[in-house]
Amino acid sequence: MPNPSETALRNATIAVLVENEAGILARVVGLFSGRGYNIESLTVAPVDDARRLSRITIVTSGTEMVIEQIKAQLDRLVPVHKVSDLTLEGPHLARELALIKVVSRGENRVEALRLAEAFRARVVDATTESFVFELTGAGDKIDAFCALMQPIGLAEVSRTGVVAILRGPSGLS
Amino acid sequence: MSASPETLAATRTMNGAEIVLQALKDNGVEVIFGYPGGAVLPLYDAIFHQNAIRHILVRHEQAAVHAAEGYARSTGKVGVVLVTSGPGATNAVTGLVDALMDSIPVICLTGQVPTHLIGNDAFQEADTTGITRPATKHNYLVKDINKLAGVMHEAFYVAKSGRPGPVVVDLPKDILIGKGPYTEAPTTPHRSYRPKTRPEPQAIQAAVRLLKGAKRPIVYAGGGVINAGPEASRLLTEFVRLSGMPCTNTLMGLGAYPAEDRQFLGMLGMHGTYEANLAMHGCDVMLNIGARFDDRVTGRLNAFSPASKKIHADIDPSSINKSVPVDVAIIGDAAATLAALLECWQQDPTPQDRPALAGWWRQIEEWRKTNCLQYRQEGAIIKPQHAVKRLYEITRELGRETFISTEVGQHQMWAAQYFGFQQPNHWLTSGGLGTMGYGLPAAMGVQVAHPDALVIDIAGEASILMNIQEMATLAQYRLPVKVFILNNEYMGMVRQWQELLHGSRYSESYSAALPDFVKLAESFHARGMRVSDPNQLDAAIREMIAHPGAVIMDVLVEKEESCFPMIPSGAAHNEMILGPGQAGGVAGVTDEGKVLV
Ligand SMILES: Cc1ncc(C[n+]2csc(CCOP(=O)(O)OP(=O)(O)O)c2C)c(N)n1
Ligand SMILES: [Mg+2]
Repeated sequence: MPNPSETALRNATIAVLVENEAGILARVVGLFSGRGYNIESLTVAPVDDARRLSRITIVTSGTEMVIEQIKAQLDRLVPVHKVSDLTLEGPHLARELALIKVVSRGENRVEALRLAEAFRARVVDATTESFVFELTGAGDKIDAFCALMQPIGLAEVSRTGVVAILRGPSGLS
Repeated sequence: MSASPETLAATRTMNGAEIVLQALKDNGVEVIFGYPGGAVLPLYDAIFHQNAIRHILVRHEQAAVHAAEGYARSTGKVGVVLVTSGPGATNAVTGLVDALMDSIPVICLTGQVPTHLIGNDAFQEADTTGITRPATKHNYLVKDINKLAGVMHEAFYVAKSGRPGPVVVDLPKDILIGKGPYTEAPTTPHRSYRPKTRPEPQAIQAAVRLLKGAKRPIVYAGGGVINAGPEASRLLTEFVRLSGMPCTNTLMGLGAYPAEDRQFLGMLGMHGTYEANLAMHGCDVMLNIGARFDDRVTGRLNAFSPASKKIHADIDPSSINKSVPVDVAIIGDAAATLAALLECWQQDPTPQDRPALAGWWRQIEEWRKTNCLQYRQEGAIIKPQHAVKRLYEITRELGRETFISTEVGQHQMWAAQYFGFQQPNHWLTSGGLGTMGYGLPAAMGVQVAHPDALVIDIAGEASILMNIQEMATLAQYRLPVKVFILNNEYMGMVRQWQELLHGSRYSESYSAALPDFVKLAESFHARGMRVSDPNQLDAAIREMIAHPGAVIMDVLVEKEESCFPMIPSGAAHNEMILGPGQAGGVAGVTDEGKVLV
């Protein structure tokens, strides 16, 4: 009988501080595909030019053993400075930014704007037949917004994937 | 650190090829194994202009990497390879993965098209860093000559620190020709890669307490002990003797503990001994040091050593809890860990349960009586086991320093079972990747490092053909490697699985159209010998060893012999199949097991 702690899945949001160098993203992505780990979301951008560091945020899921493996495998990549499992380390903020295009006419346009206001989405582009909304928030908030827009003309969505940071004074580096 | 780049540049400006060679020299390199081509001509020109580093010209780039592995494993140094761009680099890939799987420190310098042509599908261009990313511990593409010296030094650091492994440095031709500064190896720590080597005292203490309280303990030691240097093997031996516990080694760990010692249970795993596997199955505390719970060792995971507390000491944190959850994890170098275990063992007041240990030994001695490696050499045909056993006994009697490499297959397992290794670094085999064609070039690399030693590749007739071209390298450099072929006219290991799992339908596993190995040897300027009569075996072995040059010895052995004991894939340690005429549970292979390799 497999022990439930070995089969139960959990989500993990992992922050990885890496050398900002060619090929680093390929190393991380190759690690996930090569070892069959899930990637639900992956974002990367330079965060410290002086120290040439980039930060990668990965949302993944797996058994506790797999998540421990993922962190250990990431940590042994030569250009990786630090790996942190934000899900374990404590309360953290996770945000995504989405650009959402809605194409509609008449009453639907009014409804789209009303919903946008309720979600605090900003209109960043408008024509007589379309809007582009900018929305920031947790992933499920963006999912909910998109679901509501579906019947009133949701045409296209572009999302950044999750970025995350610990609450409080402690940090990653 | 104090000199500015300008002053360094003023004092030591060189072209890229010279920077590479200087960095090799400064990192203690004496030999490189390579094969030239257009993209690396500047490096070959720099090699031509110096004498400090010797170049061994192989006949295939895969063999260059295996030779460097052999060199590295037999000396503890980093092995260095030089190949050209495109096909030179792609030919090296198998060797790189082999070194990655077995944690062997190797640096492979690959030529590359000039930087301005990268991405253009230029002649002999390959995306070498892309192709080798999952085949190496780390790789570099040098696009700025100012970084070349730094990358070279870093490559050595990465290859040998932590868990060792292969590193590729891809060198565009314009970088090799251009001029730049040579800088010494940095004295500051690496920016990001600093593997932990000192074990935590709490973990050591927890391990010692578990082991002292154990009623049925076992030490299971692997290649990590070999990689940590001969001192680690010495400490392992001391620790095992002091504690009185039984010890088993993995395929990669053979030689870490002296094979002839009473406390040694032999190799464990798929073709391990009855006593080693049953002791693993029945133990109550297991100390794994420098091994990785490989699937060849554990058998069916959910039946692996079900009643034991497990202590796992490894330098690579990603090895911990990868497939087998453990109770105590010790991260550190094997030598440092063993030294700490020894010290703590002597200081910790917890009494050891000696009476229980004595009982455990009585049980182990019962298992030992099965004599699972026995075979009967009778009749007119040489048993492969007997050939290896006699080779071992004769080399031991002669007392010369002896290194054994193997190819992959049954002969490899028989070599592991019947050749007793008394010391580390003298056994070279492709464990993780199982690469046919490894043994001959690996032996070549060993012989380059140890010109006066006896170096023998125990081979199969199929495997040996995979890198047979290296006979020419042996001839060129007068390397007296002995190739000892256990010729069963089958890809024996494949045949054995077909017999066991596929109704003896020997699909494509017969070694048809074999060359005449005696003439083949002669055509490569070596001595060719053949023996088929068991009564002539000893004389033939002695003659082979006495011959001053390279030899291929074709030993015609029993064709359909199978390798036992065997834990079929998907079975548990206590479901081992023993040889004909021996008692023991014969496991049926489940469909689940058939899926496994
Ligand atoms: C490069 C490579 N290809 C295929 C295999 C699969 N394989 C494992 S053992 C073996 C047969 C080896 O035959 P031989 O060298 O004659 O050794 P024997 O088992 O007969 O001792 C094969 C084909 C392998 N390990 N490596
Ligand atoms: Mg064979």
